[in-house]
This record gives sequence, C-alpha cells and structure tokens, in this order.
Amino acid sequence: MLLTRNIYQVFRTHRIISKNFNYNLRPLSSIEDAKYKGNYDIIIAGGGMVGCTLACALAKNSLFSTFKILLLESSPYKQFELRKEYSNRVVALSQNTKSLMSSLNVWKHIEDMRLQPVKHMQVWDACSDALISFNSADNYNDDVAYIVENDVLLHAVNTELNNTDNKNFNIVYEAKIADYTLPNSEEINPKSLVKMNNGDTYSCQLLIGADGANSAVRRAMGVQYLSWNYDQMGVVATLYLAEETDNTTAWQRWLPSGPIAILPLDSQRSSLVWSTWEDNAKRLLKLPEEQFVDELNDALWKQYPRSGAVEGCMSWVSGCLRRAGLPDGAARQLPPSVQGVASSSRAAFPLAFGHSTRYVANGVALVGDAAHRVHPLAGQGVNLGFGDVKELTELLADATYGGFDINDPSYLQRYESNRQRHNVPTQLAIEALHRLYTVDLPPVVLLRSVGLQLTNALHPVKVMISSVVVSSILVRFTTTEIIYKLTVDNRRTKKPHAVYFNKNHMLYIITKTACCIF
Amino acid sequence: MFAKMSTKALNTWRLACYPASPVINRIITYPKWRYYATANLYSKDENHGRTTLDSSEIKMFSKQMSEWWDVNGYLKSLHAMNKVRIPLIRDGLIQTSERTLTPLQDKKILDVGCGGGILAEGLARLGANVTGIDASEDLINLAREHSETNPKIINNKPTYYHCTIENHIKTHKEHYDAVVASEVIEHITDKQLFVNSCVAATKPGGRLFFTTPNKTRISQFLTIFVVENIIKIVKKGTHQYDKFITPNELTFLLERNNCLVESIYGLFYNPLNNSWHFTNSQLLLYALQAIKLKSL
Repeated sequence: MLLTRNIYQVFRTHRIISKNFNYNLRPLSSIEDAKYKGNYDIIIAGGGMVGCTLACALAKNSLFSTFKILLLESSPYKQFELRKEYSNRVVALSQNTKSLMSSLNVWKHIEDMRLQPVKHMQVWDACSDALISFNSADNYNDDVAYIVENDVLLHAVNTELNNTDNKNFNIVYEAKIADYTLPNSEEINPKSLVKMNNGDTYSCQLLIGADGANSAVRRAMGVQYLSWNYDQMGVVATLYLAEETDNTTAWQRWLPSGPIAILPLDSQRSSLVWSTWEDNAKRLLKLPEEQFVDELNDALWKQYPRSGAVEGCMSWVSGCLRRAGLPDGAARQLPPSVQGVASSSRAAFPLAFGHSTRYVANGVALVGDAAHRVHPLAGQGVNLGFGDVKELTELLADATYGGFDINDPSYLQRYESNRQRHNVPTQLAIEALHRLYTVDLPPVVLLRSVGLQLTNALHPVKVMISSVVVSSILVRFTTTEIIYKLTVDNRRTKKPHAVYFNKNHMLYIITKTACCIF
Repeated sequence: MFAKMSTKALNTWRLACYPASPVINRIITYPKWRYYATANLYSKDENHGRTTLDSSEIKMFSKQMSEWWDVNGYLKSLHAMNKVRIPLIRDGLIQTSERTLTPLQDKKILDVGCGGGILAEGLARLGANVTGIDASEDLINLAREHSETNPKIINNKPTYYHCTIENHIKTHKEHYDAVVASEVIEHITDKQLFVNSCVAATKPGGRLFFTTPNKTRISQFLTIFVVENIIKIVKKGTHQYDKFITPNELTFLLERNNCLVESIYGLFYNPLNNSWHFTNSQLLLYALQAIKLKSL
C-alpha cells in the first residue's frame, strides 16, 4: 500500500480528484427510525456484472449460508429475452473468468445462450509492419478469450442467483441509494448505514461497492481516486462481414488515432470497438452507413506512410530473427472486410482511466470498476473486476472459517494488497501501451515496432504475457494461511489451503525462461 | 562420566559447581539427569520439589492486565497472532476438507497460559470446548469477565481455572483433544516438567501445539533487543534469552514423552503491518505441532 502511494507521486497525472471527508456514524436514534429495514452482514451496492457475480459467489458458498446478504440494484427488474440481433456491448472474458464462472455454474448458462471463443488474436501496427499474434495452439489449445454480450452474461449470472435457495439472500431492485454513512477508521465493530431515496435504511457489517466507475461508495469513503480522461470515445457497433468465415479470430490494429478492434460474434457478424478521438467518434456516429463502412475498411486496410528508417531497421531485425530460426512476423493473416453495420447498433462511450488508491476502508470494500477503470484496448476491464470478486470471496471465506468477523481489517487489507499487486501493473502496462501507440513520431514507432517483433518472436515472453492475461497465476509474495500437512499415520487428501511463494520457486521460473530463450 | 564416579567424588564435584548451595551440609545424591539441568530456583511443592511457577513472570504479566484486551493497544501483536495460531490449530485438528462455521465442535482444547483469554476466545468462536489455565489469578479473572461480554461465544464460553499445568493434570489426565501452549514455554523455567504435564493432559492421538521464539542470536536481537528497546512494542523484560528453547530441544522433550513432532513452521512478524506470516525460516519464532502417539 505504501508502495502504490509512492508510485503515484512519481508519475504525476494531470488531474487528481481527491476528497477527504470524515464521516461519523450517526447516533443510535437513526437506527430506530420507523423505516429501518434491518441489519445485514453484507450489502452489495450495485447489481452489474461484477456485483451480481460477487453476490452469486457469496450466496453459493456454504460458509455464508447463515449470513444475511443484500444486493441493491438501481435499475428495475427486466425479463431478459435473447434477441436475434447481437447487442453492441460485448466483453472478452479470459480463462480466469471462465474458471470462476464455471465454478459458479454460470458458464453453462452462457453456453446455452451464445458466446464465441477466440482461438487466434492478431494485433498489428498501422505505421509499420510489426505484428504480434496469440494462438490457442500455443497455450494447450485453451481459447485466448471468449466474446460474450454484456446482457447475456448478466442474465446468466442472474439466472444462477435466482436458482440458489439461500433464504438469507435478498435482492432489491429499483433501489436508488441516497446516502451512505460509513464508520470511523478506528471503530472496532464497524457498521455502515445505507439510506435509500424512499427513506428505507439498512445497516450492515460489510458494505461492498460494486457500483461502477462513478461509485458513490467510493466517494463516501473519501479515498483518493486517480483519474484522467483520455479524450477518446469507444465507438461500438455490430458489423456484418463481407464473407462467411470460421470467425474465431480477434483483430486489432493500432491506428495513429487509436486502436480498432473487431471481435468475432458468429460466422458472419463481429463486434466493433473503435477507440478514437472524441470529435472523430462523434463524426463517425453521424455518418451514413456506407460511409461508415468505408471508414471501417480504410481503418483495417489502408496503408499509412512509412518511415524509411523504421522499415530498414525492422527488416534488419527480421533478418536476424530468421537466421536465429525464430518467427519473423512475415506470416500474417489478412483481416476481414466489412460489408455492413447492423442498424441502430452504433454507439459511443467515453473512455477514461481510474484507480482508487485504497480499495478498502473500515467495513467497506470496492470491487470492479468502482476501484479501477482501464482503456478497452486490452479487453481487461471486466476481467480485473472478476479477479477482484474471486479474491474477495476467498478472503472473506478464510476470515469466516477462522472465526473472525466478516469485516476483519487484516483480511480486507490482504484483499487490497493482493488485488493492487495484480491490477496496478496491468493498468500501468495498458496505459503505457496506450501512450506508446498514440504518437506516430518515427523514433517511437521504431521502438514499439522492434519491441513488438521481438515479443512476437520470443515464445516464452508471449506465453508469460498470455498467461497473465489468460490463465491465473496465484502468486502470493507474502506467505498466508495454513500449508498442506503430511502426517505419519493419517495422510489427508485435503487440498493446500494456500500456496507458498518462496525464492526458489522464482529462481526456477527465471532459469526455465532463460533456457527457453537461449 | 558421572556413572563411574563414586558418590563422594560426585558430591565434591557438585560442591565445586554450586558452591553457594544451601544444603551444603547434607550430602544428597540426586538422579544423574539432574546434573545436566541448568541452575534453577525450585520452590517446595508436592511435585518432588519441582514446579513450573515462576513468580516474577506472573507479577509482570498481571501488571499488564488493563491493556490486555485493547486490540489496537499494547498487545496488538498478540491479537494479530490469532490470525496464524487459530488456523494452525484448526487445520491440525479437523478431519474433513469441508468447511463449516464451527469446525472445532466437540473438540476439547486446553490453552495453557491463556492469560486474558485471547486465544481461548478465538478458539471458542470456532465451536471448541476450551479450557484455559493460567498461574496468574488476576488474568484468569479478567479472562472470565471478558468472556461474559463477548457476544459471539455467549453459548460456548471457555472455562478458566487458576492453577498450574502440573496441578491440573491431577484432575484432567488424558482429557483433551489438543493442548496449546502459545508463547508460554519461554516463560517457564522447568521445561521438562511443563512438557511432561502438557503431554499427560493430552489424549493419546491428540495434538500439542507450541509457539515460541527460537533460541538463536538473531532472535535475541530482534525479539528482545529491537522489539523491547527500539520499536518498543513489548515491555522490557518480557523475554529472557536463557529461557528460549530451540525446536530441537523441544522436539527432544516431546519425543521423550512418546510424542511425534509432525511439523514445525517458522513465524515472522511484520511490525509495520501488525501481521504475522508463516515462513520457511525457523530462526525467529516457530510453531510446532506434535501428536501424542498411542501407547502399544
């Protein structure tokens, strides 16, 4: 936690929003108001994808079967129907998320509706010939990602939520929250109060903020939130491809104005996520359909002016790679061309960066976009949120299993440290990629192109990147709970409760990677 | 060497080693093992003149009574230690991998040197049937009072006795599924008697858990010098280096009592975070788990 604070002081951002309020717990008289609806163990504020998944994970854990859990969602309850047209908001789910969803029995609901596995991902630059590709064949045939519509995912989680016969779990729809009263940082048995617009008040021991990028819980916590606008908007649409193909490839091209990504939906349709400058985005939205399709095809196919120096350097590097027997990036697939756009599927949403310096406070925790918000260029936003959900559920279960309070500060602190250790480098990497690719000065182009070529050539590096992105590395730099014990006369088959990480393990990984490279 | 010496020579040697002995006029031969023990103060007791009571230690702990239950106060490191001690004991005692809210139900646990009941109440929250004993009457009273005020163990309060372990086993021999002596043995002078008594209180097939600082110079530096003088999170004089015991010594003491040491974990305390961790290195503090073997 100290470390993240120092990092933010070194890399100053151009707009820091910070508020420092001190909220005090209201006197007892407010609890005895006529509209006090009860004390809950956990209240989850926000019923989006991440909030509902957290609720599902908590409701399904047998340790919490006697815990009263409440989910507050501001939108009304809608009966979902799977329409033939695809929704224009999709997410790319990683293997980590898939395993979380499978463990919650949600994945089969998604499969029953619709999803598209991505077996191949090609990312290439417009200003040079650099290319990187990720294949499922390189990773034991695990799919690189899964493209699922937001609505489908939410409905699958809600189906499972309604299937749990946990009597202690409640959902309130159309819950417009007026105010939070959070406890002091020194309180031993903290209780938070949630007051609704219609006067109902709930109190809880642990309040979890899953209410998105403009989180009211985070504002009530008064923590410093680093954020800046990218001055870019993400244009989304559902596209019809020119020809029917086995559409399991995700394409992304770095244009000087921002990355354009084509994500497969089914054999003829794909989803567009085009991050571009705000004025350009607004112009694109207003274009008639043919012109928009032309702009799209330009974005995918147009050749941009190349710098001679960059070209020369890159061909030299690819020559070296060829002599070394490594892949030189010459073999590439051609992206699809777009034939049409689904009507009324064009939309745009603003892009920004956000990171809360603290994810937890006394009796409060943040998950998902409330804690962190990233550029969609790497498709990681919701996957980070699902990682939060997994970690928080595990730590809350550990706390309960050890007889400690659900809001025990040391477990919440551990959640924050573990997630920040994972999220902050990921966010910094995505931010670095964004900053690197929004300039088209030749030196920067040269640097990033050669870097991309080398990364593409070195298989272990790609595996490491995709394993951080795709599968889960449960690296705990501090040793945690109890270890697997072997006894002489009764050998237990219990799984290890937690995993040691010691320096021998790290040394092994380094030497193995080094052996692969050389 | 001592086996071959005559009684007279033995006593001459003894007089030479302990010149200020009060029983210098009476030539008494003790069993041979007594000459291997370090010089100790023994008070008269039915237990052949041996006891684990050490009055100076008891006085020191009784003085800290008022601050005992302040979670963020002076003993916050002891409260934080529950985060490693309780999972250690829980995982050492449970038989299934299914997780429930009261995994230690129907397990009788003896907390030797329970003090104000920090560990005893933590274990009671997991459903265990906890008995706490301590040599300090003030602390036992404090523990009893506090257990009445804790709402989470209202139906499962620990029972507290003011007695020493060697007296307790007279009534509770081979009675407990687990005996826990956490941060106690480094305050005991007669460790052999203490370990014998702990083992006697355990059922055959039951487990013993000890946590204590290791007797190494680095431990002396960190857990005594730094912690008492520099960081000052523990009062001066709490620990003495001579009373520390190494895992090997403790293992020997246990094995002499037909116990098998199952595992020894190193412990590490991070004062910045007030958090405890298990580590590979046993140089600072360690947690030892042993099982009392059933006699053939």
